[in-house]
Amino acid sequence: MSEYIILSIFLFLGAFIAAAATITGLLLGYRTKKTKNKMAPYECGMETIGNARIQFKVGYYLFALLFLVFDIEALFLFPVMMNFKEIMAGHTALSPTIVIVDLVIFIAILVSGLAYAWKKGILKWE
Amino acid sequence: MFVPSITNPIGDFVRDIVPRLAEYLPASIQSDTLNSIVAFLVNALICVIAVCAVNIGSAPILIYMERKVCAHVQCRLGPMRLGWHGTIQTIADVLKMLFKEVYAPSGADKLMFYLAPLIVLIAPFIVCALIPFGRNLVVADVSMGIPLIIAVNGFGVLGILLGGWSSNNKYSLLGALRSGAQMISYEISFAMILLFVVMISGSTNLMSITMGQEGTILDWWIFKIPVLGFIAFILFFISSTAEMNRAPFDIAEAEQELTGGYHTEYNGTPFAMFYLAEYIALVTNSALAVTCFLGGFLPPCIGIAAVDNYLNMVPGVIWFFAKVYFMIWCYMMVRWTFVRPRVDQLMDFEWKFLLPVNLVLLVAGAAYIVVFN
Repeated sequence: MSEYIILSIFLFLGAFIAAAATITGLLLGYRTKKTKNKMAPYECGMETIGNARIQFKVGYYLFALLFLVFDIEALFLFPVMMNFKEIMAGHTALSPTIVIVDLVIFIAILVSGLAYAWKKGILKWE
Repeated sequence: MFVPSITNPIGDFVRDIVPRLAEYLPASIQSDTLNSIVAFLVNALICVIAVCAVNIGSAPILIYMERKVCAHVQCRLGPMRLGWHGTIQTIADVLKMLFKEVYAPSGADKLMFYLAPLIVLIAPFIVCALIPFGRNLVVADVSMGIPLIIAVNGFGVLGILLGGWSSNNKYSLLGALRSGAQMISYEISFAMILLFVVMISGSTNLMSITMGQEGTILDWWIFKIPVLGFIAFILFFISSTAEMNRAPFDIAEAEQELTGGYHTEYNGTPFAMFYLAEYIALVTNSALAVTCFLGGFLPPCIGIAAVDNYLNMVPGVIWFFAKVYFMIWCYMMVRWTFVRPRVDQLMDFEWKFLLPVNLVLLVAGAAYIVVFN
């Protein structure tokens, strides 16, 4: 428990340092007049055409979905993998065979998902 | 009432000295609970200062090292003017950065623009708090170390996406989106390799992962599981390079295509924070590789007692940092010797090569445990 209190301090530590540095920069920084050309986005020396927040291709979103699936898979596997040695040595109430069969089914479902995405051409980057 | 406890060795000293200081206080407010809470806070403060010193102090050293390695790879000398072999150069650069003007370009979302560097810096500090630097020398020895590291690593992507989106610049947005896609993709293989480590070591606590490698150099996880350990180490090296957005996987910054990537519009100290986050991530990822594969703070014993005695005399912290700097040197050599792949090659490499290889590695590791355990 006390470890997590220290960790919660560290959660804010990085943000605090960045905030302190930004404020220092704002206070100490050399200041010049904010002309129109200075404030313009740094693109190609010409005036920006249209809004910078353009609509972007949906492919990124599909990658994010796949990421979600596989990251959660990894999280689900952590408790099993942590005790994998013990289960295989027979130190627990679980039967090693059933655990292996379960794992194979679990991973096979995910691999079939990846194969489906691959076949559908989602993984192709254009 | 809940009383926080201290576990690291500095704590013994603090626990000893706080009650002695408390005797000077009026008797009415003295209590053991108060003493231990104050001791806990003092200890936390010492930890914070130590981690800040390691992180922020290593950034100028690493920037100097990077410039020198880069220069020597390219048959140049690198910084030579300021101080002995240009050693003061980076400190001068940091000072210069402090006095640069900080402003957001027109059309930028100001709140998000200034929030992004704050979010980017969160993850490396938490990871640094979880890594054991020596025997008992760890800030927070939590049992769920590795899942926590995977969880907080996601913060970096958020900061980069925010920074790129809020800048009102198309190059920034493109860089941020590319970087987001790349980081989340390689995060999967990063998590899978750590899963492999958890499987062979049987623990998610970083201290017990390190202690599981005690013995000779052949007991380190990289060598203990023949071939598989080494493959896992190489895969970890590749995916952490991509995770950090370092060359050859720096398509997010690709200065020839995207000027500067997600931090094009940043200047002054907020830009320095992105830079700092990148270099702290280099330290933490190297430290993670050392902890998971190269024996952490344990000395590289070779099994001959006469030699091992001398190796054991050197403190663990020194071994740890020697290994970490060796890893950092490897990352730097890779950065300056390999060419950058295209975006589609990069994504193909992750989804069509690294991920299947990772799954096979996991199954092979499981088979190894079933057969040899």
